[in-house]
Amino acid sequence: MAAPIRFTVNGNPVSLAARPGRLLLWGLRADLSLTGTKCGCGVGICGACTVLIDGHAARACLTRLGDVAGREVLTIEGLARGGALDPLQQAFIDHGAVQCGFCTPGMILGARALLAANPHPTHGQIVAALDHQLCRCGAHQRIVAAVEAVAAGRGASHE
Amino acid sequence: MSEPHAVSRRDFLCLAGGGIAVCVGAAAFAAPGAPPYPDDIAAYLLIGGDGRVTVFSGKIEMGQGVMTSLAQMAAEELGVDVQSIDMVMGDTDRCPADMGTFGSMTTRFFGPALRAAAAEARKVLTVLAAQRLGVTPGRLAVHGGVVSVTSAPGRQVSYAELARGERLTRRVDAATVLKAAADFEVMGRPVARLDARDKVTGAARYAADIRRPGQLYARLLRPPVHRAQLQSLDTSAAAAMDGVTVVNREDLVAVLHADPERAAEALATLRAEWRLPQESSPDPDSIFEHLLHAPLPPAESARRGDVEAARTRTARLFESTYTKGYVAHAPIEPHAALAEVAAGRATVWASTQTPFPTRDHVAHALGMAPERVRVITPFLGGGFGGKSADRQAVEAARLAQICGRPVQVAWDRSEEFFYDRFDPAAIVTLVSGLDAEGRVAFWDFTGYGAGDRAAAHLYDISDLRIRVAGGMTYGQAPVAQQLHPFEVGPWRAPGANMNVFAIESQMDIMAAALKVDPLEFRLRHLRDARMRRVLASAAAAFGWRPAAAPSGRGVGIACASDAGSCVAACAEVAVDKAHGTVRVLRVVCAEDLGIVVNPEGARMQIEGAITMGLGYALTEELQFRGGDILDRSFGSYHVPRFSAVPRIEAILVRNDELAPQGAGEPPITIVGAVLANAIFDATGARQWRLPMTAERIRVAMASGA
Repeated sequence: MAAPIRFTVNGNPVSLAARPGRLLLWGLRADLSLTGTKCGCGVGICGACTVLIDGHAARACLTRLGDVAGREVLTIEGLARGGALDPLQQAFIDHGAVQCGFCTPGMILGARALLAANPHPTHGQIVAALDHQLCRCGAHQRIVAAVEAVAAGRGASHE
Repeated sequence: MSEPHAVSRRDFLCLAGGGIAVCVGAAAFAAPGAPPYPDDIAAYLLIGGDGRVTVFSGKIEMGQGVMTSLAQMAAEELGVDVQSIDMVMGDTDRCPADMGTFGSMTTRFFGPALRAAAAEARKVLTVLAAQRLGVTPGRLAVHGGVVSVTSAPGRQVSYAELARGERLTRRVDAATVLKAAADFEVMGRPVARLDARDKVTGAARYAADIRRPGQLYARLLRPPVHRAQLQSLDTSAAAAMDGVTVVNREDLVAVLHADPERAAEALATLRAEWRLPQESSPDPDSIFEHLLHAPLPPAESARRGDVEAARTRTARLFESTYTKGYVAHAPIEPHAALAEVAAGRATVWASTQTPFPTRDHVAHALGMAPERVRVITPFLGGGFGGKSADRQAVEAARLAQICGRPVQVAWDRSEEFFYDRFDPAAIVTLVSGLDAEGRVAFWDFTGYGAGDRAAAHLYDISDLRIRVAGGMTYGQAPVAQQLHPFEVGPWRAPGANMNVFAIESQMDIMAAALKVDPLEFRLRHLRDARMRRVLASAAAAFGWRPAAAPSGRGVGIACASDAGSCVAACAEVAVDKAHGTVRVLRVVCAEDLGIVVNPEGARMQIEGAITMGLGYALTEELQFRGGDILDRSFGSYHVPRFSAVPRIEAILVRNDELAPQGAGEPPITIVGAVLANAIFDATGARQWRLPMTAERIRVAMASGA
């Protein structure tokens, strides 16, 4: 076995004795028991396994562990800090943007990456950014509303 | 009446500080035609000495929000805050038996039983409080789990104090007088989902997230096409891999490893030869002829007047044939299960809509008595009817029994498509006529493959016949199963999408022939006050301006009655006439679902149903060749994405006179029809086949249909 692969997950250093070709998805779900990162398709289409790598959205099912060596991985478990929800998490709750919840971690992290790159996206930019993440319950318009609310500096619904 | 034996053993015994349990003798609460809720030994709710209320339900949470709405119902009748309720769902050892979560039946049929249990608990607690406070029960009021004397609110005692030290069991045998809608404090108000926080933090657990010590991940050998026969198999390469277990039974071939990636690698080394089925079988275009000529004669499900006689009096005749292909459930969570078999008992964590039937299937497969099998249902990542199938739970349980270790079976996306029990292809022939006054003179509906759900509409037509071949029944293989090249099953509002598409297209065709506004034409044939009000609500919110179709504006209307609810929608589309592509701009959907338990939850269900419906209406149609499922990924099977979703407005038409009805299925039934009608209004081209792909619309426009 080659040298362990070291990187950080949610701010904590981790070291996995794994082949560099092992998928980050299984490193997270099987080795680290971080099951908030979901496997919906395994081929990078559905986006349920979206995580942030150095702040950029990436599909854990297409990312090799060797490629995250020395980098910072953020999963949904690491988004709330000290029990305080990220504004996007709170907005998803307030806007009813959660149904079955299986796409939710990936949606929130995909939206987080968008807002990091573009803090004030238009409606069309939000739609374009999330268009390759799938939701089957049909929460789309509420997900967009939640992201719009955070972008506008109001996390909560004003209904 | 006290029934010492009548309570869930485990939970009651766990109550160190005592408690009060309420059971339901639930014959009074059965769905029509369904087995009654059993006179079960499990409690429906338990009030602990800490004041927490635990509600037990055999229903499951798959996104539809019943974890929250059931908690609201219990909280309302009990007089506690919804936050003080803990929900235990879909656990066969702890919850009252239930046939499954489907058919928009949770609120309609489990709801009244739960409310009765909660109302009984409140009565018991009030009597105990009266003794404690030395007043008659009539002088007491309950609020927030505290019973106080109305005239002296300082004199009070909490549910926690009352339950502490008690060990009481009550049983309810009839529907208690439930609170009237006017008195609601918790029901009828929007409540944020109880599961939302866990779902946004990643804490929510689904079947594939369960971990047990020593567990193995299994990958199963799958045939290339349905009904292929395994001819030869070489597992030697897999068996030589470090840590790989090979299971090779006649109908169960799997490789297992403590690491999921290694298990997948082992699967790739299996060398299997298959004999493919030789018989010719239908493809997506020939399936309809196949269904029409199937040896299953249509059975009459409704008849009024004399259709044959009325037909002779008809001034204008309309003969139509409508079709729809197979549609996949495609939940984002594939089927998964983890099973543990030890000491003559089995525990299975499974993504299933039917935990109790799954328990029985597992017990049968393992040769165990059902009471030795426990199925625990974590959150489901979507179901839509597709997780009424539980093949993965049986696979995991058998492998766990064989290997003597916990085993996870989590399907990949290809397996999810391959073993989906698809919404069946269906064909409806509809013949109707107009009399000289422009009224519908007769209606003759014959359906093949979709069943009769929502086939009986509310239109006022004196001579009518509805016949259906090959129905769909929840929890069972459809009668017509053998007609299809692979398994089919219930899909959100089974069959109703097809039937409503046919009915509401036909109404539009007749309105257009008369050059009458389609809303006006419907209202002329509707005496049902609920449906008239729902149609009017949708039209008013949409800003419907009367005109005969095709007006070129791209607006459409449709309505339906399903699962006890009335729904209507108006839609606006833009059709690219060169390419045939449809852009849905706006949908307004109004629903009368009786008393609304959680308005926010109901609106989410309407929006979700409309969004999901865009798929079967416009893009989703399974491609197959015989038993070969050609669509195995989201790359070729197109579910609605953000860019396809219009502005959706959900309107709840208030009706507090009616008990809560089904919410999550009825709105999806009208999507195909309302878009077909809007596309006709835009283009003058009628759509006879779902999904209405760009190519089909282009062809229809070119042929001047």
